[in-house]
Amino acid sequence: MTDRPIKVLIAKPGLDGHDRGAKVLARGLRDEGFEVVYTGLRQTPEMVATAALQEDVDVVGLSILSGAHMTLVPRICALLTAEGLDDVMVVVGGIIPDDDAAELREAGVSGIFGPGTTIAEVAGYLRANARPRA
Amino acid sequence: MGASGVQTPDPAERARELTDAATTGDRRALARLLTAIENRSAVAEAALRRLYPMAGAAHLVGITGAPGAGKSTLVAALIAEARKAGRSVGVVAVDPSSPITGGALLGDRVRMQAYASDRDVFIRSMASRGHAGGLASTSAAAASVLDACGFDLVLLETVGTGQSEVEVAAAADTTVVLEAPEMGDEIQAIKAGLLEVADIVVVNKGDRPGAQRTASQLRAMLVAVARVGAADRAHHGPAGSTVAGSGAAGSVAAGSEVVDRAASPAPAPDPRPRPKQPEVLVTTATTGGGIPELLASLDRHRAAGRDSSVAAARLARAEAQVWAILEDRMRAELSGPERRAGTEAVLRAVADHELDPFAAVDRLLGSLRG
Ligand SMILES: Nc1nc2c(ncn2[C@@H]2O[C@H](COP(=O)(O)OP(=O)(O)O)[C@@H](O)[C@H]2O)c(=O)[nH]1
Ligand SMILES: [Mg+2]
Repeated sequence: MTDRPIKVLIAKPGLDGHDRGAKVLARGLRDEGFEVVYTGLRQTPEMVATAALQEDVDVVGLSILSGAHMTLVPRICALLTAEGLDDVMVVVGGIIPDDDAAELREAGVSGIFGPGTTIAEVAGYLRANARPRA
Repeated sequence: MGASGVQTPDPAERARELTDAATTGDRRALARLLTAIENRSAVAEAALRRLYPMAGAAHLVGITGAPGAGKSTLVAALIAEARKAGRSVGVVAVDPSSPITGGALLGDRVRMQAYASDRDVFIRSMASRGHAGGLASTSAAAASVLDACGFDLVLLETVGTGQSEVEVAAAADTTVVLEAPEMGDEIQAIKAGLLEVADIVVVNKGDRPGAQRTASQLRAMLVAVARVGAADRAHHGPAGSTVAGSGAAGSVAAGSEVVDRAASPAPAPDPRPRPKQPEVLVTTATTGGGIPELLASLDRHRAAGRDSSVAAARLARAEAQVWAILEDRMRAELSGPERRAGTEAVLRAVADHELDPFAAVDRLLGSLRG
């Protein structure tokens, strides 16, 4: 059998302007052996959910710097659940205050990565916690 | 999280569930089927067996060309145009996997974001992975799943470098080769290889200077290639297989010599398919310029070629799929628990020069029969 890389969607929902960080993460995870679907800037929650569904990803990674995480992330988690994708792991990168983090975990987020997190740390977390689909 | 929610132990049963759901509009089931295909799991084989009779109605279009030529942008423009006509569109966009890490960056969706809420558009990115048997059977299988699920138009995007364009041609009814202007003369050699598989050549970035000039150069080049092809056919007479693109277009380098031979007396007619005479179009994918013409050209190719070149492409695809499966099966048989020791002994004997590779194959085939 061939090995099955973990497939990760990297999306940047919301209206903030540049996606340098998300691109660096996407390339970094590629170099760590992940299959990374990169969807770019200004994703609506619906776009993220559709991409996650069609691509059948194991992980959805959301990069949010705009501060809009409390509106965007729970909405995306709800859409994923509505699509029957509650087995998809959701991780969030950005500046997330502790109180918000607790609420996001409640909404279904597994991992939250602050600004200092290295790509190796993210990769290690995903390898330990996500499993590729059969 | 991670593994598939319901663990159905029997692959045939799981395949039945997924195919029944996918062919009646369940997009998540379709996505999971495509994953099974990528993983080449037992579910994939059982599913493909069920789906194959339902496929065959879609127009399968391969889109290939150098990175940055505008393939993904063109796919997005074609989706928009096809949707205007009420046709549903499935897309498979293949990007290379790193042979070292196995990772891949699949970025084609970035250009295809406008269809998130349109259920008649389904876009799937795939890493090429390093399968024995290659891209051919995986992307052909993915395309036929979309076909069986009722998509009218199935677009298959692949980077055209080396082998992949031949593979894309083998998986498609119609192959579009994309060029961009001002790419310079140094890539003429690559173009010759790419052009051999083209049914339609598109010069994209028509808004850039040099687009029309590039199109004229390509037209001139294609006339030369077709002439060589015709002479080649005349010289060799009726022979050879019809496998995708092989020989039919000849090589540009051999041009002058072969053209001279064409002056000799007329030989018997050649039953092989005519060499392709691709149309050359200019598009501006970013604005949609030339896209209605491209879609019309695709439709024409399909309609005109239903009995000839599309039929040949379909035969070539059947051939590629069957041979790939045969190779996989033989490998699996020969390295399975029953035969592995024997196979390894034969391989070692070849390595030690105690057995020649031909005798080794005789023995391995013998062991399969026995
Ligand atoms: N000027 C111009 N740029 C284009 C056109 N089509 C695509 N591009 C740009 O070319 C770049 C590569 O496009 P993409 O579709 O990703 O190319 P691919 O690698 O072949 O899939 C992007 O920046 C596009 O915006 C076009 O018709 N005109
Ligand atoms: Mg592309």
